[in-house]
Amino acid sequence: MIIQDLMTVESQQEIAKNIFEMKLTGKLVGEITSPGQFVHIRVSDSFEPLLRRPISIAEINPEKDEMTIIYRAEGRGTSLLSEKREGDIVNVLGPLGNGFPVEETAAGQTAVLIGGGIGVPPLYELSKQLTANGVNCIHILGFESDQVVFYEEEFAALGETYIATVDGSNGTQGFVTNVMSEISDDFETFYSCGPMPMLDAVQKAYVHKKGYLSFEQRMGCGIGACFACVCHTNENATDQPYVKVCSDGPVFPAGVVQI
Amino acid sequence: MNRLAMTLPGLELKNPIMPASGCFGFGKEYGNLYDLSKLGAIMIKATTEEMRYGNPTPRVAETSSGMLNAIGLQNPGLQGVLSNELPWLEKFDVPIIANVAGSETADYVEVAKQISNAPNVHALELNISCPNVKCGGILFGTDPEIAKELTAAVKAVSSVPVYVKLSPNVTDIKAMALAVEAGGADGITMINTLVGMRLDEKTGKPVIANKTGGLSGPAIKPVAIRMVYEVSQVVNIPIIGMGGVTCVQDVVDFLSAGASAVAVGTANFVDPFICPTIIEQLPAKLDELGIDHISELVGRSHRV
Repeated sequence: MIIQDLMTVESQQEIAKNIFEMKLTGKLVGEITSPGQFVHIRVSDSFEPLLRRPISIAEINPEKDEMTIIYRAEGRGTSLLSEKREGDIVNVLGPLGNGFPVEETAAGQTAVLIGGGIGVPPLYELSKQLTANGVNCIHILGFESDQVVFYEEEFAALGETYIATVDGSNGTQGFVTNVMSEISDDFETFYSCGPMPMLDAVQKAYVHKKGYLSFEQRMGCGIGACFACVCHTNENATDQPYVKVCSDGPVFPAGVVQI
Repeated sequence: MNRLAMTLPGLELKNPIMPASGCFGFGKEYGNLYDLSKLGAIMIKATTEEMRYGNPTPRVAETSSGMLNAIGLQNPGLQGVLSNELPWLEKFDVPIIANVAGSETADYVEVAKQISNAPNVHALELNISCPNVKCGGILFGTDPEIAKELTAAVKAVSSVPVYVKLSPNVTDIKAMALAVEAGGADGITMINTLVGMRLDEKTGKPVIANKTGGLSGPAIKPVAIRMVYEVSQVVNIPIIGMGGVTCVQDVVDFLSAGASAVAVGTANFVDPFICPTIIEQLPAKLDELGIDHISELVGRSHRV
């Protein structure tokens, strides 16, 4: 169920250049049903900025009612969010959307998780749940440069992890697709989250594989009412002519959304 | 006595608060969050004769204390609304105000004729003011004579009262209001969004794919209040006021300016529970103001 929760900031730290990791506690965590769902955060009590900010959930700890979000402080909204300190209260709406289907990969099978930049965070909880189920996870994570790489060790603790950076300052020089072309395609499922061109490249490279993509779009309400975040669908992929990223997604089977 | 009840043409409102068209879909998303029967009414998303996908994205852009949108009247079309959306809303004890849009008189008339016969539609809101569709809407909303003729044409086929939604993008809002009143409108809803634009900081190009969008949110409230104040003094039909309502004081302001009921738009995106929250807070506000019934507030800004 979607609730509006006044969550408490447990910690906030900059884990890479302008990349912040924030831990929040509240009863909203108990409502989260799958990795890849997101929350819609009011960063200010005033109307400046007016709208909430959609942010993906990187990790959940239901025993402690705690969740971790990782975001880039880029514009006014996320910069204000990065100023929150331990003990501050944040108005959070969520959990929103439909996450990655963990059950699509069985124990003993292999899943490839491909993330780009600020699309990497939701893959962390996904990988935790998949590996807990006995799935072998391979992670391919792309970033601009070493300055903005985060969670490299955390992912490595869960499975094989490859880093790609555009400038070559960490791992393979280039994009996630450069790594993809070098690894075996002996896997069952792929899961991906990142910028549109990356999702497009991943989808094309693995056209014969079962995969799930998480999309990003400018959002208004976050619950499916305002029609700001609609995308066209591919013919024959679904009976809907369009989807709303916030409430029908953000995760869709590969091939459904027109990129 | 229900201190919040208001009676308007076609509408027995248990309270004067309703979500504004375009900010509430067809109610389903908010129906998952609270009991829609709490609302005074619901203004559903604009319905056109044929299904519309709407404009390309980006469709929204944030601005200072507001937002621009250019959704482009995306909706499932008249038959989809009649067969799916309206029946779903029947389980709630709430009158529906159906927003009717089109690009020429004939399709406005067709939608009005059919949708006004749905059992839970108690009034129509004639959308002559959407700034985000290429043809039709905006012209109907800016030329008094054309607005009057369209109002009369829709009025002739509608089986429920017709409210006309006015655009603020005009020089003389009173002339528009008087024209639709002369055309037979039973009420006025105002204001729709103000046409605006935001440029990308890096590229200098418009952020919204449609280039222009409709400005809504707290930023436009003073414009809306001024227009309700002006129009309520020249027409004899009731006004449902809207534009930047975010709290119970804003509701008091719109009623004081001359509105008989108030719609909440963009604030639903910021706080999806805003309508029931305002409704719960209204009685205490009346106590604070020392009045028995909410109708006593209507038009007090210009009452002698």
